[in-house]
Amino acid sequence: MVDYVSSLSIDFSLIYPEITLLLGASLILLSVFSRQLGALAPGIGVVTLVLALGFTAAQWGDQKAGFAGMVTCDDFGTMFKGIFTVASFLTLLIAHRYMKVRGIDKPEFYALILVSTVGMMVMANSTDLIVMFLGLEIMSIPLYVMAGFNRRSLESNESAIKYFIMGAFASAFLLMGIAFIFGAAETTNLRRIAADFSYIAGHFGVYLYAGIALIVVGFGFKVAAVPFHSWVPDVYQGAPTPVTAFFSVAPKAAGFAAMLRIFVYGMAGADALTELFWILAVLTMSVGNILALRQDNVKRMLAYSSISHAGYIIIALVVGGSDAVSAAIFYLVAYTLFNLGAFAIVTHLECRSGCKSDLPELSGLAGTNPYLSVALGLFMFALAGFPPTVGFFAKFYLFAAAVKAGFVSLVVIAVLNSFVSVYYYLRVVKACFFDSPSAKPLTPIRMVPSILIVVIVTAVGTLGLGFFPQRLLELSQAAIFAFL
Amino acid sequence: MVPISAYLILAAVLFGIGSVGVLVSRNMIIMFMSVELMLNAANMALVAFSRALNLMDGHVIVFLVLTIAAAEAAVGLALIVALFRNRESVDIDRFNLMKW
Repeated sequence: MVDYVSSLSIDFSLIYPEITLLLGASLILLSVFSRQLGALAPGIGVVTLVLALGFTAAQWGDQKAGFAGMVTCDDFGTMFKGIFTVASFLTLLIAHRYMKVRGIDKPEFYALILVSTVGMMVMANSTDLIVMFLGLEIMSIPLYVMAGFNRRSLESNESAIKYFIMGAFASAFLLMGIAFIFGAAETTNLRRIAADFSYIAGHFGVYLYAGIALIVVGFGFKVAAVPFHSWVPDVYQGAPTPVTAFFSVAPKAAGFAAMLRIFVYGMAGADALTELFWILAVLTMSVGNILALRQDNVKRMLAYSSISHAGYIIIALVVGGSDAVSAAIFYLVAYTLFNLGAFAIVTHLECRSGCKSDLPELSGLAGTNPYLSVALGLFMFALAGFPPTVGFFAKFYLFAAAVKAGFVSLVVIAVLNSFVSVYYYLRVVKACFFDSPSAKPLTPIRMVPSILIVVIVTAVGTLGLGFFPQRLLELSQAAIFAFL
Repeated sequence: MVPISAYLILAAVLFGIGSVGVLVSRNMIIMFMSVELMLNAANMALVAFSRALNLMDGHVIVFLVLTIAAAEAAVGLALIVALFRNRESVDIDRFNLMKW
């Protein structure tokens, strides 16, 4: 066995996707100086992301470590890299039209998305707490700017400031936690921590558990677990809608990648964590669902719904083990698809002037845009977890893994929560199909190709994977940690 | 020699002051300063551990954290300036377009 931790070999093939994205982002930033070149920015972004996806796919199956054991290339990380790339790709397609309509179509936006994706990739692939922290910051700092990208809009300003203060606050907690774990373990390398866990817990338990608690608080903010969720609705509602779409999917997946890596891979020996995550999961899904019931703004409703989905995924952290990890990956892939689909449609509707995506604005949509309404209905059914959409199988595999590990009461609570959530998702469907159009008729909406592609891809994915979940299941079962 | 616990208590106190500052203060700039205080408390803990364990790692990590704090400061102050241009205020109580 090679000692990866002490070897200083630098193997750039581990980070080809990251390098590609950084080069693409730099290219876009160079193009800012000329208006003609600036118009190419979305194109450069798309090409870069496709290339990065190609490099990521080429890494599938590789099991390598490098950079003094700080970066590990395993199928777990590669799978998450794929999720991030696809999410940014779809977001980029959604954003283009919206940014034009709102008059904020600046090339910098596309560079920010790419840099933020680099941060997420670093988080998913690192086996060192400090590199993970750096990845988190590389991800978060562009996100703060993206939230405030519409800088003449007061809502967007407010959203960015709240996100910034909360994000920086969470980072400080995370860093303090890392400091304490460093003090206990004499290293920040997860591989070493995992190897010596029982010794560290026995001798320096106080520092270790203080550190773990602080890290849970830090990541709790990032993935919007209750009671650290208060920023989510405001930030999601105020940010430009494509940015909200991105927030609700990619940083959340990155947060879970890091949490799974730390708590299932690095600190599987910590018993007290099971109860802690149990409480966190129940609180997150219940509070998210209950608060979503009375929201009249679709964006705000989807914000609370994303909180409750985070609660379901925390079940995987409670359960631990490879079954739960692969179920969580399946869930995140599925959630990425149908949530981005729903947001694509909301963004499309918001391209009309004065549209604030309140629920009454959707009434009678089926009369004017039948296909769009059917797609929106499909995504809502998928979010609620109805068969034959992929949303059903995502919940099914996750709950099955939990039952198998003996967490029956947790699954009962989760299933009850899913029933509650049906109410608010179906309110959207009801508004589209059964409410009479409001007195003020809406201007008809013309579909643009970029958003149409996103809606078709996500709808086909939601339905197709619902009928044939086997392939995705095999992929996510292959995507487990490499214990190098 | 000063024991490591003294440094850790100081770090914890600074961290506590910072987090209370973020939660209690109504002024954006002071909230931002409080976050910086929290980051520096973490730096303090890192250096203290590093010195006690006779390792260089912690010292190096502090430099990385300082860089991150600088990047965060640049973005955060830019956001505050953008907000001030629209609002002419840095009082968090006035940012209530959306209910908390």
